[in-house]
Amino acid sequence: MIRDITLGQYYPGDSWVHRLDARTKIIATLLYLIELFVVNNFYGFIIAAVALFVVIGISKVPLKFIFRGLSAVFLIIAFTFLLNMFMVDGTVLWQWKFLKITQEGLSRAFFMAIRLVLIIIGSSIMTLTTKPVELTDGLEKLLSPFSKIGLPSHEIALMMTIALRFIPTLMEETDKIIKAQQARGADFESGNLFQRAKSLIPILVPLFVSSFRIAQDLALAMEARCYHGGKGRTRMNEIRFDRGDAVAAVMMVLFLAAIIASRFIKL
Amino acid sequence: MKFIEVRDLTIEYTRIDADGKEVPGKKALDGISLDIEKGSFVAVIGMNGSGKSTLAKCLNGLLVPSAGRVAVEGFDTASEEHIWDIRSRVGMVFQNPDNQLVSSIVEDDVAFGPENLGIEPAEIRRRVDNALRRVGMYEKKDKGAHMLSGGQKQRVAIAGAIAMKPDCIVFDEPTAMLDPKGRASVMEIIKDLNTEGITCILITHFMTEAEQADRVIVLKKGKILCDRTPAELFSDREMIEKAGLEMPPVIALRDKAGLPESLMSAEDIAEYVNKR
Repeated sequence: MIRDITLGQYYPGDSWVHRLDARTKIIATLLYLIELFVVNNFYGFIIAAVALFVVIGISKVPLKFIFRGLSAVFLIIAFTFLLNMFMVDGTVLWQWKFLKITQEGLSRAFFMAIRLVLIIIGSSIMTLTTKPVELTDGLEKLLSPFSKIGLPSHEIALMMTIALRFIPTLMEETDKIIKAQQARGADFESGNLFQRAKSLIPILVPLFVSSFRIAQDLALAMEARCYHGGKGRTRMNEIRFDRGDAVAAVMMVLFLAAIIASRFIKL
Repeated sequence: MKFIEVRDLTIEYTRIDADGKEVPGKKALDGISLDIEKGSFVAVIGMNGSGKSTLAKCLNGLLVPSAGRVAVEGFDTASEEHIWDIRSRVGMVFQNPDNQLVSSIVEDDVAFGPENLGIEPAEIRRRVDNALRRVGMYEKKDKGAHMLSGGQKQRVAIAGAIAMKPDCIVFDEPTAMLDPKGRASVMEIIKDLNTEGITCILITHFMTEAEQADRVIVLKKGKILCDRTPAELFSDREMIEKAGLEMPPVIALRDKAGLPESLMSAEDIAEYVNKR
């Protein structure tokens, strides 16, 4: 359970996609997500999906890893699909009592589901091919112009690094507390939703206490290693744009043009 | 040469009483004075609450003395302006292997210290690679920190300290949460670092570890009970009992077998037994 969280999970590799500057990947991903909302017909999605799978192919990340991220949000996708299928009015295809499926509803349902799937795969490609530290470094650099108006870009990036680092630690901690409470006879599995939610309190309180303890330990360790804010700090891997990033930028523009063009395809 | 100089060091915790006023609490350290020579290997032992971890935190300015003074190569730990000079000279490795790694990837974590010192990227890369080789973790440099065992995490933490090129490393019970294998590997590294000239200060509650140092300082209730070589200490049964400690297993076994008290190590005992 602890070892397979895909969110923020890096798949080590040395492909062209891996070597791209993190900033390029963040911008490309944002752009891709926005473009998915520009799409207004299925042709646009075909272009978007082909582009996505080309990138996956280049990145050499096994499809297994990509779909693992999807399974976590499967319920949300299914729910959106059903909601759209039954709720949209139009030409009725099938009806049973108050439930009816319309042609428009069905196409809307597929439309939304495809969009969701592409959003999730698109963003997980970024986290799979970029080390968490590069990602936060990239974010720090991207946000740094805003530090002039008081945005603490270095602190935000460091907070994200630490959060990512401690997800597994806190999950292990939670696991430990659950087992300790079960050993004392706590019951997390029976009762209605309200009772179950209430039974989480004996987990959350110790988890809070121990996360404070961890934070204190970590703060001491960071101070001992001369941490004194972002001023005067250097980085081992200075990120810089190179030829690959220029190629990626050209590809992004071509893709944007294709997506916009797809809006005008009519049958 | 004196590397660290501790004079009448007192650490007093204040506590808030029922009326919300600050009142002096217990003294964690009470008038400690000692010198640590460059290149030495000093162990600090004592019961729980004897103040050994508090002492460790005073040596690089994580705690500032309530009274007395601590100086590292002449820099007073209480002076704000030299605090980074002190911390880059005196590295520290803590007890909990999970709570001292900052970054999810091994090499990025080792780079954290040098990055804070503002060193050139190429030089950081060299230092990180060297530090990881010295602790035998170079092959795992791209791995996630959460995939490592406790002993491996602790070795990464040591690499993080080495990468800052300190003259001295303070180990605050680095093996307390490890299994025997991890413990042995960490001890091995500490001894190697000491032979390479790094001053090592080891806070521990394992007598077998204290036995390997050049000098053992025994603390009790915030005061120095004694300060001598391991051989002197472990031949003084009275002192060990007074400090509330136990004999190292080898010595305990020697006494149980009724062998002469002059035998101080496993090798001595083996030789003696073989001769008979």
